Amino acid sequence: MSTAIHQTAYNYKVVRQFAIMTVIWGVVGMGLGVLIAAQLVWPELNFDTPWASFGRLRPLHTNAVIFAFGGCALFATSYYVVQRTSQTRLISDGLAAFTFWGWQAVIVLAVITLPLGYTSSKEYAELEWPIDILITIVWVSYAITFFGTIVKRKTKHIYVGNWFYGGFILTVALLHVVNNMELPVGAFKSYSLYSGATDAMIQWWYGHNAVGFFLTAGFLGMMYYFVPKQAERPIYSYRLSIVHFWALISVYIWAGPHHLHYTALPDWAQSLGMAMSIILLAPSWGGMINGMMTLSGAWHKLRTDPILRFLVVSLAFYGMSTFEGPMMAIKTVNALSHYTDWTIGHVHAGALGWVAMISIGSLYHLIPKVFSRQQMHSVGLINAHFWLATIGTVLYIASMWVNGITQGLMWRAINEDGTLTYSFVEALEASHPGYLVRMIGGAFFLSGMLLMAYNTWRTVRSAKPAEYEAAAQIA
Amino acid sequence: MMDIGTIRGLGTLLVFVAFVGLVIWAYSSKRKRSFDEAANLPFADEQTPSAERDEQASRSKSE
Repeated sequence: MSTAIHQTAYNYKVVRQFAIMTVIWGVVGMGLGVLIAAQLVWPELNFDTPWASFGRLRPLHTNAVIFAFGGCALFATSYYVVQRTSQTRLISDGLAAFTFWGWQAVIVLAVITLPLGYTSSKEYAELEWPIDILITIVWVSYAITFFGTIVKRKTKHIYVGNWFYGGFILTVALLHVVNNMELPVGAFKSYSLYSGATDAMIQWWYGHNAVGFFLTAGFLGMMYYFVPKQAERPIYSYRLSIVHFWALISVYIWAGPHHLHYTALPDWAQSLGMAMSIILLAPSWGGMINGMMTLSGAWHKLRTDPILRFLVVSLAFYGMSTFEGPMMAIKTVNALSHYTDWTIGHVHAGALGWVAMISIGSLYHLIPKVFSRQQMHSVGLINAHFWLATIGTVLYIASMWVNGITQGLMWRAINEDGTLTYSFVEALEASHPGYLVRMIGGAFFLSGMLLMAYNTWRTVRSAKPAEYEAAAQIA
Repeated sequence: MMDIGTIRGLGTLLVFVAFVGLVIWAYSSKRKRSFDEAANLPFADEQTPSAERDEQASRSKSE
């Protein structure tokens, strides 16, 4: 391959690699989710081994779906979008390849160490210090590749989708480094530099912004490219998208304390977190409305295009969960919802309904493009996937609402003499049917992912590598 | 001397002014053409005529 061809074509190889791994890690991560959901119905499914116990597999599930599935989707789409909207090739093929193999190494290390019980015990940051260092190196390479490509862009503007991807990359670097400041006491054991309420606050400043930047800003970058592209019309209001960006990133960073209501965290910090979480409704809905309204005049396309359906329904779930979140951050509501399954339901409304569905829709658009095909092998299977995913998500969140409110009410019920009406086990027993429905919902969602894996395999199998270079030409 | 309450109050005011400034900047009619251009970047890689889309890009904006 000559240099001349190189410079007039996009780097789609790294996009193809990340896209395929998104599908594979999606199946693995959601499969683990269904397994641990089944363990809550039938506890024997840990087979009496420490490696398959809920406490070790649950962090593996969260890491696999957030960082492996979600992470690969963000890498694939950000590399695709930044090249196409900047009309230029990635600044370095070598660095891009390094981010791919480095990120896969991080995931494989997580798959090995978490079941063995190595954990720093920080939620969503469980991986031990050597892996934390590898993540930092990969992430810095990602930032150089992404921002370097923006610097050498051939277009005048930096498209708003790239602003969101850029905000996500910078903030995740900051969050990861600050929250994982730790003292190693051995090759696989470290202790946090922070202690007490400070440690808890830094952990949830990280934890909530993992939601705000990893799971929101990054996927909004995806939304701002793939919704207009699939609807074949520009974003409803570019002005709103600018206000949306700055408002969202400046408010999200303050919302973390709502994870620590009624704890040792100072009251003023709790109130600040609550107020900021409520304000967050405005930019969240600004973005949701901007995406939805892009379809005005093109709603009929939903009848025939299941990819667009994925994208629009993901925005509906985004709007729903970003309404639910601020409500749950209100201290009096939180007194009922906190520590119950309502929280898990809320997270999955966002994770399944928003993050997974926008990624799936975007990938169905992107995979044929980078494999030089007209469209996916089967549009019917995309449609089947859409319904499985939607029904699965609804079953999941509805069962967790019922469970959460049941648990919250049973835990707080007291008799006239002030003693508790129900023991903890009674609330657990009442949750059993909900756990079964949740597992079924998860199985629906997983079966949709299996259809996607089959559809992707058939699409890739019919692709001709000789045509890849032609498809990657910069128009 | 300013006490902590005054400083916090001024902080709130500063953020409010920044927000209003941002909205005025974004919605200024001077920047309309430039934003329409930016909004069409996802389609820069297509050979299809963009006239129709330029028209669509305007539908949410007042002149």
